[in-house]
Amino acid sequence: MSGAPASSLMTEPSPILSLRHAAKAFGAIHALEDVSIELFAGEAHGLVGENGAGKSTLVKILAGVHLPDSGTLTVNGAETVLNGPAAARDAGIAVIYQEPIQFPDLTVAENIFVGRQPLLSGRRIDRAGMNAAAAALFAQLGVPLDPGRIARGLAIAEQQIVEIAKALSLEARVIVMDEPTAALSAVEVERLFGVIATLRAAGTAVLFISHRLEELFALCQRVTVLRDGRFVMTSELAGLSAEDLVRAMVGRDLEEHVPAETNIGGPVLQVERLTREGVFTDVSFEVHAGEIVALAGLVGAGRSEVACAIFGVDKFDAGAVTINGTKLRAGSPSAAMDAGVGLVPEDRRQQGLVMEMSIARNVALASLKRLRKMGFISGTAERRFARDWSTRLQVKYGSLSSPMTSLSGGNQQKVVLAKWLGRRPAVLIVDEPTRGIDIGTKAEVHRLLEELAGEGIAILVISSELPEVLRLANRILVMREGRIAAEFAHADASEHAIVSAATGRAAA
Amino acid sequence: MTTTADTPHGVATPGADDSRRIVDLVFRVREFGIVAVLILFVLVTAIAQPRFVDASNIQFILVDTTIFALLALGQTLVVLTRNVDLSIGSVLGLSAFLSADLFGHHQGIPIAVVFLAGLAIGLVCGVAVGFLTVVGGVPSLVVTLAALYIIRGIDVLVVGGGQVVASSLPNAFIEIPKKTLAGVPILAVVVAGVVAVGAYYLRSFRSGRELYAIGSNPEAARLAGIPKGRRVFFAFAASGAIAGVAGVLYAARYGTIDSTAGSGYELQVIAAVVVGGVAIFGGSGSVVGAALGALLLQTILSALYVLGVSPFWNQAIAGALLLAAISLDRGIELKLSAMLRKRRAVVDV
Amino acid sequence: MSELRRRIQGAVRWEVGLLFALVAVVLFGISTSSQFLTSTNFFYLNLSIGEVAIMALPMTLIIVTGEIDLSVASTLGMSSALLGYLYVHGWSIPLAILAVLVVGAAAGALNGFLITKVGLPSLAVTIGTLTLYRGIAVAILGPQTISTFPARYTDIGVTALPHTGGYVSYSVGFFFVLAILFGIVLHVTPFGRSLFVMGANDEAARYAGIRVKRTKFRLFVLSGIVCALAGILYTFRLSTAVQDNGVGLELTVVTVVLLGGVSIFGGRGSIVGVVLAIAVFACLQSALFLTDFEQRAMGVVTGSLLLLSVLIPNASTFVRRGREVLRRRQLRSATAEPAS
Repeated sequence: MSGAPASSLMTEPSPILSLRHAAKAFGAIHALEDVSIELFAGEAHGLVGENGAGKSTLVKILAGVHLPDSGTLTVNGAETVLNGPAAARDAGIAVIYQEPIQFPDLTVAENIFVGRQPLLSGRRIDRAGMNAAAAALFAQLGVPLDPGRIARGLAIAEQQIVEIAKALSLEARVIVMDEPTAALSAVEVERLFGVIATLRAAGTAVLFISHRLEELFALCQRVTVLRDGRFVMTSELAGLSAEDLVRAMVGRDLEEHVPAETNIGGPVLQVERLTREGVFTDVSFEVHAGEIVALAGLVGAGRSEVACAIFGVDKFDAGAVTINGTKLRAGSPSAAMDAGVGLVPEDRRQQGLVMEMSIARNVALASLKRLRKMGFISGTAERRFARDWSTRLQVKYGSLSSPMTSLSGGNQQKVVLAKWLGRRPAVLIVDEPTRGIDIGTKAEVHRLLEELAGEGIAILVISSELPEVLRLANRILVMREGRIAAEFAHADASEHAIVSAATGRAAA
Repeated sequence: MTTTADTPHGVATPGADDSRRIVDLVFRVREFGIVAVLILFVLVTAIAQPRFVDASNIQFILVDTTIFALLALGQTLVVLTRNVDLSIGSVLGLSAFLSADLFGHHQGIPIAVVFLAGLAIGLVCGVAVGFLTVVGGVPSLVVTLAALYIIRGIDVLVVGGGQVVASSLPNAFIEIPKKTLAGVPILAVVVAGVVAVGAYYLRSFRSGRELYAIGSNPEAARLAGIPKGRRVFFAFAASGAIAGVAGVLYAARYGTIDSTAGSGYELQVIAAVVVGGVAIFGGSGSVVGAALGALLLQTILSALYVLGVSPFWNQAIAGALLLAAISLDRGIELKLSAMLRKRRAVVDV
Repeated sequence: MSELRRRIQGAVRWEVGLLFALVAVVLFGISTSSQFLTSTNFFYLNLSIGEVAIMALPMTLIIVTGEIDLSVASTLGMSSALLGYLYVHGWSIPLAILAVLVVGAAAGALNGFLITKVGLPSLAVTIGTLTLYRGIAVAILGPQTISTFPARYTDIGVTALPHTGGYVSYSVGFFFVLAILFGIVLHVTPFGRSLFVMGANDEAARYAGIRVKRTKFRLFVLSGIVCALAGILYTFRLSTAVQDNGVGLELTVVTVVLLGGVSIFGGRGSIVGVVLAIAVFACLQSALFLTDFEQRAMGVVTGSLLLLSVLIPNASTFVRRGREVLRRRQLRSATAEPAS
C-alpha cells in the first residue's frame, strides 16, 4: 500500500487548503509559532512531531475550535476565518478524532445525517433514502456497515468509518485524521488505508497524524514536521528515511545523558502476569528502590491501564501486584496508598486535581488523615504542609488560597507531584509527567524525579516522549498492544530501538 | 490519549456480527416484552378471577389508561432529552378544576372550548417550566419539583374549600369516557391514535430525532448545531399542554374534582415510562413503549384489586415496579458492555 | 485578590444575605401580629420546623456530594406508620423506637445500594423509594389513625425544653445538637472534606484514595436513620400516626438546603447557611400563619423560594451566557479579527 508518485498529483497547482504563519498561545505557553502547511487535492499528507510539538493545536485550528492569534487560512483560494466548528464544516474541513463523539442511541445512518436527514414531501424523514445514501457511502469506502444498526457498541475502527462517511456526505475536501490508527488492529489499519486510497482518488486531501512512521511511509506522499510548536520542514516522503524524519522531529543533539549513579536497592514494586481482558495481557516487571523504570510504547498500548490497575483505580482479571513483599489488594486506591504507592495520573485536570479548590487543599488532598489534630483537620498544619511542599517543588503561585485554575500547566503538575510526595511514597508512578508543560518546568520535573530516585523511591515513568525516556530511565520497558514487547537497559537503548519495539511488524 | 477500559483498543473482531445482532435485539425487544408480560398477567388473573376480563372491567382499565398514556406521551418527550417533568400531576389537577368550573360559570359552553381551555392552562405551565429550565439554566428536577408545589398551591387557592361535582357538568361531557365502539372505549381509540401520531413524529421528523440526539449525547448535539434550548423548551411546553388536556379528560371521567386531583400522578407516570423502556438518562425509548407501560401498570393495579389485594398497596407496588425496571435496565446495560468487551478480547499472536 | 478568597466572600455574602432576609422576615412577622415574638408562637414555630430541620442536615451532606435524596419525607412517613403499628400491637415504646431506627437504616441502605452498587442515578432511585416507602406506610396503616401514645412521649408536642423559657421545643433542641455535630464533621474533618471533593470532581476523589462509593452508601444510611428519628419525633409531637404524615416535606427540606447556599451541583455549601435558611423559612412560615394565609397553599411560597435559591446564583452565568452570545454574533458580522 504505497502512495502514488508525486508527479501524477501535480495537475492541480493550487492547494485546497493553505495555512500560513499561524501562531497560537495559551497564556504563557506558545503552542504554535509560525507554522505553515499546504494541502493539495488527492494527497495524503503526514503530520508528525513529538508530544507538545503543536499537532493537536493545529488540528483544533483547522477544526474551527481555536482561532489562531495570527496567520491566514485560505480554503479553495478564498481567505477564511473559522469562528466555530460549523464554519469549518461549511468550509469543507472534517476532523476525525481518535475517539469520535457520536450518538450511541441513534442508528449509524442517523449519526451520519444528524440534523440533515433527507426529506420527503411534508418534511418527513426519508428513512429508506437515508439508509440507501449511507449504504452508498459505505460502498464507496469499501466497508460494508449496516446503516440501520444502532451506534452503541461499534468498535472504534467502525466509529471512524462512520465519521469518514459523515465527512464525505458533507462533501469535505479536507479530512484530518488525528492518530486514527492508535486504537486499531492490523486488519483494521489495512481497511482504513483502503478507505484513504478511495478518498484520495476522489480528490480529497487527507491530513494524517500518526506516531507510527512506517504507516506514514506506506500511506503518505508528503510530510510536515513540527517541533516545539515550530514548523521544521515539509518534504516528499520518497527519498526520505526514517532516521531523517526522527532527526527532524527530535532536532537537538541528544546529549548523552547518563542517569546519575544511584544506589539501586531491592525490588519494591513487583508486577506478575497482570492481565485485564481486552486491555493488557501477562504484564510482568519489577521496579527497584532508587530506580527509574520507563514504560514506553505507542498511545493505546495499555500503559496507563496497567498503571491504573496497579494503583487500584481499575480492577484486573489475573495476576498480582506486590509492594515490598506484601501482596496488594486489587481495586482499592486507598489500599495502594497505604502500601506506599502514589499515582500522578495522565489527565491532570480531570483526575489529578480538583480545579475549583485552592492550591493548599489540592496539595493536602491525599494527606488529610495525617494532618489531623484530634480528629479535626488543622488549618495551620494544612497550610504549612502545602507551603513546604510548594516551596520545595518551586511552584509559582500567587497565594495558597488561589484556585488551581490560576496556575500554569507546569505548576499544576508540580502541585499534583507535591500532593503525592507529601505522603513520602515508596513507589511513585508518573503518567506523562511533562505533557503540556513548558521546557523550563519540564527540566525541573526531570531533575526532581532524579532527586527522588536518589532518595530511594522506586519510580515508574510512563511517557510517549522518547528523549524524556532516554534521559531519565535506568531501564526501559516497551509495551505493544497490551504486552511487554521489549526491555532495554539504558546502555542498550536508543530511540530507534524503542520505536521498533513499539511498532513491531505493523502489516498483517 | 489512552482509551478507557470500556472501549479497548480493538484487536481482530471475530463474532462482531453476533454482538451487533444481540445489541439490536435487546434494544428492540422491550415493547414485545411488555406485551408478553401483559398477556401473562391478564391470563393468570382471568383464570383466578374470570370477572377480570368482563367487558366492563376491560373498559374501565382502558379508560383509566388513556389519561396515563397521554401523560406518559408528554413525559417521554421530556425524558428523552435527559430531563424530567414532575409538575404534570399538579397541572392536571389545576386544569381539571378550572376547565370543569367553566361549565358552571358558562352554561352551554361548547365542550371543544373547554378542551381548548384545559390545553391552554397546561401550555402556560409548560412554557413557564421550559423557560426556567432552558433560559434560567436551572436543572429540570428543581424547576419541576418547585412547579409541582407552586401549581398545586395555586390550585388549592383557586379551589378554596369547594369542589366541582359531577351533577354540575353537562351530560354530553360526562358521557365521553363511556362511549364505546364495538366494546372498545372511543377515548382509548382516540388516545391510541394520538400516541401513534406522537410515535410517527418522533420517528419521521428531524425535530423529533433531535430530541433523541440531545438525550443520547448532549455534547455531540451541541457540536452538531442542534438547537438544544429550543427543542427542550418545546418538549416541556408539549408536556404541559398534554397534561392540561388530560386534566379535562380527568374531569369527564371522575366528575367530582377537589384540590387533590392528580396528586401523585407524576410518580405513576414516571414508573410507566421507565417500565415502558424509556431510558431514565434519555436518548432511547418510544412513546408506544411508554403507553404500553401505562397500560401494564393499570392492568397490574386492577388485577391486584380483583385478586383481593388491598388498594392500599398500589403506591408501594408502583414504586417497587419503578425500581425494578430501572435496575433491570441497568443490569442489561452492564451485561451487554461486559459481553462486548470480552468478545473483542482476542489473543494477538 | 485571590479567587478562593473571593469565593469565600461569595459564600459569606450569601449568609449575610440570609441574615438580612431573617431580619426582614422577623420584622414582617412583628408587623403582622403582636404575637409573633411571644414564647408560645416561637414554640409552635419550633414545632413546625423541627423535623424538617433535622432532615436537612444529612440532606446537606448528600447534596454536597452531588447526589439527592427525595425519599426523606416518605421514610419519615413509613417510620411514623411503623411506630404506630408496633405500639398498637403491644411493643414497648423504646423497643418500637429501636425497630423503627433499624428500618430507617435499611431504607437508607436500599437507596445506597441501588445508587452505589447498581449505579443508578440518585434522582430516579429516590423517586422510586419515595413512592415505595410512602406506599408501605399506606399499606401498614391503611385508613387507621393511631393516637393513643403515652403522654410521657407526646409531651414533646406541648412542653418546651426546660431552661429555655418556653421558646425551644425538644425537636429543635435535637436539631441544634445535630447541627453542631454535622457542622464539625462537614467542615473540619477529613471525612467532611472528602464530601466536598467528591461533589466537585468524583474522579479526582477516587484517584486520591477517597472511597466514594462506600462514603455515599453510608451517607444514605445516615439519612435513613435521621429521617426515621424525625418520623418518631413527628409522631409524638402530633401524637398521631397516620399514613400521610409528612407528605410533601421533601420539598421543604430540599428548599431550605438550597436556600442555605448549598449548590445543587455539589461541591459547595455550609451548615451555617442551612441553619440560617431554616430560621428564615420558619419565621416566614410562622408570620404567614399569623396572617391567615391559606396554609395548604404554603407550597407556592416554598416552591418559589426553591426557584429563587437556584436562579440567583445562576443569574451571573445567565448574564455571562447572554454576553457571550452577543459577542459571537458581533464576531460573525465583523471581518477576521482574531480573538485570543
